[in-house]
Amino acid sequence: MDSKRRTVLQGGAGAGLLALLAGVGLLKPSEVFAARANDAAFKLEKLDEVLKALGVTSAAEGGDIVLTAPDIAENGAVVPVELESKLPNTESVMVLIEKNPTPLAAIFHFHEGALPRVKTRVKMGQSSDVYLLVKADGKFYQVKKEIKVTLGGCGG
Amino acid sequence: MSMNRREFMQVLAVAAAGGMTLASDWARAAQAADALYDLPRFGNVSLLHLTDCHAQLLPVHFREPSINLGVAGMANRVPHLVGKAFLAHFGIAPNTPQAHAFTHLDFVEAAKLYGKVGGFAHLATLVKRLKESRPGALLLDGGDTWQGSATALWTRGQDMVEAAKLLGVEVMTLHWEATLGADRVKEIEEKDFRGAIDIVAQNVHTTDFEDPVFKPYVLREVNGVPVAIVGQAFPYTPVANPRWLMPQWSFGIKEAQLQQAVEQARAEGAQVVVVLSHNGMDVDLKLASRVRGVDAILGGHTHDGVPQPVLVDNPGGKTLVTNAGSNGKFLGVLDFAVKDGKVVDWRYALLPVFANFLPPDPAMAALIEKIRAPFADRLAMPLARTEGLLYRRGNFNGTWDQLLCEALMAERGAEIAFSPGFRWGTTLLPGETLTMEHLLDQTAITYPWSTLTEMTGTQIKEVLEDVADNLFNPDPYYQQGGDMVRVGGLEYSIAPAAARGKRIDHLRLRGEPLAADKKYKVAGWAPVSEEARESGPPVWEVVAAYLRNVKTVRIERVNTPQILGMAGNLGMEQ
Repeated sequence: MDSKRRTVLQGGAGAGLLALLAGVGLLKPSEVFAARANDAAFKLEKLDEVLKALGVTSAAEGGDIVLTAPDIAENGAVVPVELESKLPNTESVMVLIEKNPTPLAAIFHFHEGALPRVKTRVKMGQSSDVYLLVKADGKFYQVKKEIKVTLGGCGG
Repeated sequence: MSMNRREFMQVLAVAAAGGMTLASDWARAAQAADALYDLPRFGNVSLLHLTDCHAQLLPVHFREPSINLGVAGMANRVPHLVGKAFLAHFGIAPNTPQAHAFTHLDFVEAAKLYGKVGGFAHLATLVKRLKESRPGALLLDGGDTWQGSATALWTRGQDMVEAAKLLGVEVMTLHWEATLGADRVKEIEEKDFRGAIDIVAQNVHTTDFEDPVFKPYVLREVNGVPVAIVGQAFPYTPVANPRWLMPQWSFGIKEAQLQQAVEQARAEGAQVVVVLSHNGMDVDLKLASRVRGVDAILGGHTHDGVPQPVLVDNPGGKTLVTNAGSNGKFLGVLDFAVKDGKVVDWRYALLPVFANFLPPDPAMAALIEKIRAPFADRLAMPLARTEGLLYRRGNFNGTWDQLLCEALMAERGAEIAFSPGFRWGTTLLPGETLTMEHLLDQTAITYPWSTLTEMTGTQIKEVLEDVADNLFNPDPYYQQGGDMVRVGGLEYSIAPAAARGKRIDHLRLRGEPLAADKKYKVAGWAPVSEEARESGPPVWEVVAAYLRNVKTVRIERVNTPQILGMAGNLGMEQ
C-alpha cells in the first residue's frame, strides 16, 4: 500500500471528483457547468422521465461499452462502478439505477481526445438493474447489470 | 487430460470389498485402509488440498446433507446430489466407509462402525504418507481454518496457525480468517507465517485505492516444474460477515483480474496454474467456464465432499473443478503429469480421513494436547445429554439449529427465532454428553451476540426472501454460499426455483397466518451490522443456560419448510 499517497489524499478529501477530473483535463470547465443544466434530470424519480429529459428516444443494446461492477454490493452506500466506452466520438457516459429514488446517478462529458473511462462510486438502496448509457456520435448505447444489495449475514 | 474415474473406482472397490457391515469385517478394515490410502504415485506434480477444516483439531463426526438442492443449471448436477443419487453418480457402493464419508445414509449406525473422521494428528499421518509417495508435493489450505472451535476463538486463531505450520501447509487463502479482524490476519501473515506459509488472494483490495492486500499468487517449483497457486478468497466476506471487522478490504469475484493473474503467472514461466479458491463450487464451476489457462480450481466454502473433479470447458481448454469437503474430513490429492511445459494427464482422489485407520502423528498429537491443556476444564464442561442425533448441515434446519432456535426463544422470550445457515458445526451421536466445546463448535465466532428485535410480518418475509435468494439465485455469482436461515416457531413454504421475492409463502405462527403489519418478537444471533455489537449476551451463554435447565435434549420435530416445486430434484431424498 502506498501510505504516502493515502495521507496526501486524506488531506484533500472533499475536493470533489468533478473538480479533480477537470484538473486533469478530462472535462472542459464549460462542461462542468453544462452538467449543472442537467440538474433537473437528477431529480426525476422515474427512469423513463430521466431518459426523456436527457433526450434519449432509443438506445442500442451493447456496442463497445463496458460496465464493471460487483454482483453483490459490499456496501450499498458506496458501490464501485467502472464505465468504459470504446466507441469513437464518445460524448458522454451516464449511470442510471432503476430502483433508486432518483435513477440518474452520474453523467460524465468527454471532449475530443479524452479517454472515456471512469471509476466512481454510486449509492444504492436496494437490488436493482444498473444501466450504463453512452452517447457517441449523437447516438445512444446501453448495457445493464444487476447489482444485488442484500441484508447480509448467514454466509458460510 | 482424460477422465480417469475407472482407475479411481478400482481403488475404491478394493477398499469396499469387505463391506464392513459386520463387526467381523474389522480384520479387513486395516487392509481396506491400506488400499484406500496407498494411492499409486502418478505424474510429477502433486498437490494436497485441505479446506474448511473450521479449526477442528480433534476427530469429529460430520453428517453430510440430506438436502442440498440445485436450481436452474445446477439442478441434478454435482455438487447438488445427495444420498443414493450421490452414490450412484460416483459409483460408490452403499454400506462402505466411502458411502459413510460422502453421504448421510444410515449415519448413526455407520458413524458407530467406522468411527470419527478428521483430526489434525491423523491428517498429519496421511499428509506424511502421501508426501513420502509424492516427493515435492505441495500442501494447500483453502481457508476457514482459524475459526470454528472454542480454542481457535480463545487463542484468536493461534492454535490453528501453529497446527497449520506443523502440518506443513505452504499456501493458503481465506474467508472466516478475516473475522478475526484485518489487523490480526496481517499480524499472522507478517510474523507467524513469514518464511513458512503464503496467504494468496487475487481478489482482495483496499476499498480506497484498490491496492492489493495479499499476494495474488505464488510460484513454487515442484520437481523442476514451476507451479502457480493463485488465491481466490471468499468473494462476499464483507457481505456475509461483518464488514466492520475488515473495513478497508474489498473482495468480489473479479474475473478480469483473475485472468490477468493467470496470464502473468504463465508469462513468468508457470507450467501448471491452479486457483486455490474459497468461492464455493457453483461459483467455481461458472468461473471455470469463463477464465482461460487454469488447470484446476481447488475449491472449498460450500463444504461439498466431491470424490471426482468436474471437467469444465472454456475458451482456453478444460479446467478441473474440485471441492474438498470440510471439518478435516477429507484430503484432496491432485496428481499432474507435466510434459514439455504443460499438463498432459491427471489423477484425483478425495481421501476420507478415518481416524481409526490412521494412527495419530505423535508431534501433532503433542501440539494439540499442549493447545488444549489450559482450557481443558472449560471445554469438558457438561451441559446436557442428547437423546437424538444433533447435526447442522443441510439447506434447511438441522437438529442442532433447531436446538439453538428453541433455546433462543425460551431464554429470550421470543415467539420466532432465526439462526444463521452456517455450514460448519460438528455432529453429536445419540446418547452423547453435550459439552461446552460442542456448543462452541456451533457458535464460536467473533460476533456471537444474541439479538431480540421486533419485526413486522412483512420484514420477516423480506429476511427469508433475501436469504433464499443468496442460496437459490439461478446465477451462482449472486449466491453467497451458506444455507437457508434456520427458523424457530415460524412455519413457511419455499419454492427454490421461483423468482426473487416470490419464493416464500404460507407463513404461519402457531397455526395462524403471519400478519403483514403486526410486530413479532424475534430472537437471533450473529448480527453483521456494527450497530448490533454487544446487542445481547453471546449466544453460547443463552444456549448453555437453556441446556443446563432442560438437562436432556429431545428434538421433537425439525422445522423444515414445505419445499415446493422440487419433485424429482436429486438434491433431496425422493
